[in-house]
Amino acid sequence: MRREPLLNGAVFLGLLALVLWAWAVDEPFTITLATRVAILALAGVGLNLALGLGGLVSLGHAVFFGIGGYAMGILASHAQSYSPLIEWPVLIEGTKSMPVIWLVAMSASGLAALAIGALSLRTSGVYFIMITLAFGQMFYYFAISWPAYGGEDGLSIYVRNGFPGLNTLDPIQFFAICYVILGLALWLFSRLSRSAFGLALGAARQNAERVMAVGIAPYRLRLVAFTLSGVITGLAGALFADLNRFVSPTMFSWQTSGEIMVFVILGGVARLFGPVIGAAVFILLEHMLGGLSEFWHIYLGAVLLGVVLFARGGIIGLIAGREVHHD
Amino acid sequence: MSLILFTEQMLNGLQFGVMLFLMAAGLTLIFGVMGLINLAHGSLYMVGAFAAAWVAGASGSFLLALMASLAAAAAAGALIELTVIRRLYARDHLDQVLATFALILIFSEGTRWAFGSFPLFLDIPPLLSGPVTLPGGIEYPLYRLTIILVGLTVAAALFALIARTRIGIQIRAGESDREMIAALGVNISALYTLVFALGAALAGLAGALIGAIQSVQVGMGEPVLILAFVVIVIGGIGSIKGALVGAILVGLTDTLGRILLPAFFSQFMAPQAANSVGSSLASMAIYILMAVVLVVRPGGLFGKA
Repeated sequence: MRREPLLNGAVFLGLLALVLWAWAVDEPFTITLATRVAILALAGVGLNLALGLGGLVSLGHAVFFGIGGYAMGILASHAQSYSPLIEWPVLIEGTKSMPVIWLVAMSASGLAALAIGALSLRTSGVYFIMITLAFGQMFYYFAISWPAYGGEDGLSIYVRNGFPGLNTLDPIQFFAICYVILGLALWLFSRLSRSAFGLALGAARQNAERVMAVGIAPYRLRLVAFTLSGVITGLAGALFADLNRFVSPTMFSWQTSGEIMVFVILGGVARLFGPVIGAAVFILLEHMLGGLSEFWHIYLGAVLLGVVLFARGGIIGLIAGREVHHD
Repeated sequence: MSLILFTEQMLNGLQFGVMLFLMAAGLTLIFGVMGLINLAHGSLYMVGAFAAAWVAGASGSFLLALMASLAAAAAAGALIELTVIRRLYARDHLDQVLATFALILIFSEGTRWAFGSFPLFLDIPPLLSGPVTLPGGIEYPLYRLTIILVGLTVAAALFALIARTRIGIQIRAGESDREMIAALGVNISALYTLVFALGAALAGLAGALIGAIQSVQVGMGEPVLILAFVVIVIGGIGSIKGALVGAILVGLTDTLGRILLPAFFSQFMAPQAANSVGSSLASMAIYILMAVVLVVRPGGLFGKA
């Protein structure tokens, strides 16, 4: 059972090699595609924490993706129009600095995840799916009907935000930022899944009664996992908005939630690199099938249906075999 | 706020609620009997609306269009039950969510391929167009009133079907113990296909009836689907009575919220600010209602847990 780490390493280095090749032959479009893969994979890593480790089927992760996006959009739009965000009780100005934006995006999406999780985790199973979906819709309609930040039209940012010491408008440098963040998130995920917290979380997914019997409250474990998951997905949202220099309510839509979930499942639930492989395959399919036919979603649907019905364990499951964990 | 406007909005809310019930009833029935969460229910609503618009355009008859919507949605429902859904009953909810999400993609793009991206229009039949004067001098569109009546009739028929007929007994038995009724000689897989087609037909009927008020377009099903989820979370999953109460509650909250909240905020805010705060809050009202119900009763109003 040594195939999965090998596969993981090959995928992670392969993404880097692809970008370096594209840089050498001057193909900025390929670099942008790879940046998209890295950012969407990051969003998937966030969801994988709740879905894979915690067994929490959240169909509302677009909320955190969107909050991250809007955190970037709101701060940057105030900075580019030189109008303060709030003047009272303290003066808060907009900013074009990525680290500050990330911090705000992560705090805001973390708070939202804490609130949504605290309510939704009172239930489980199919109720949980429907409630997270409904909260996603609530934020979506709120973003549409709130006119201050573009409403339905969204917000455009003219120049990508800055990172100290780097030129973020250069595709390869922006890719480097996203790649390093993805690497850090994957490292965190692998550390967490082997920590006492991760083991208890996995135990609560498999048998909540036994976990309670040894004196651990599953609710609190799950709430922490859900919040962390929201934080990571929120960061991905801020990066995604920066990649496109545009935010719109679409980031909050239930299709976005569905797609983030597709990345995780396509690659393999609870696998470290599941979201990375899933996002890469998704973008590849979008790129190839999108060129074949305007109606490429039909084929995507068929592929997805095939994976769910016949290839349980996703692509990693197909290549590397069953999970080593003793489920 | 005048009483006439208020009554009118009450009726609009009731009409909206009754339509939501047609969607939610199928969902809750399918979940209650088969334990399946079906995201593609909104696609069946869309199939019904498109079938109705297409038949009405070809034949000019609204009644034929309604029959076509029932038949097309039931057929589409039976087809996906036999090919895909059947394999999902024993799976966990995650697989069900994903497979039915894939079905949505296939249905939506397939419909876009067949009918194009432009919305179709379904006209209200002349017999049902125009206003009707209700007691108290309130003018109300006859078509919307008809929808309320049709919806309530279907609800009554559904209750009678579940409570009084042989099929209803089998459905209720299937809800509590599927192995036992299979052992008693009921063809359980035929029963499942039937329940799924029945839920699909109700969704298709709702799509056709609403299609005459709104436009018929790809993606029309999903917003309604999510509202139907809110309805059954509020009502309690698996309970048809809960679906009815939840649907009317959601319909009234949404419609009245859009009128009352901006008016409420304009009491002490500038008109423009009141309008934007009020309409933003109104769009969130039903989700807040859902959150409150969950805090008080996590299993829904009529739920078992």
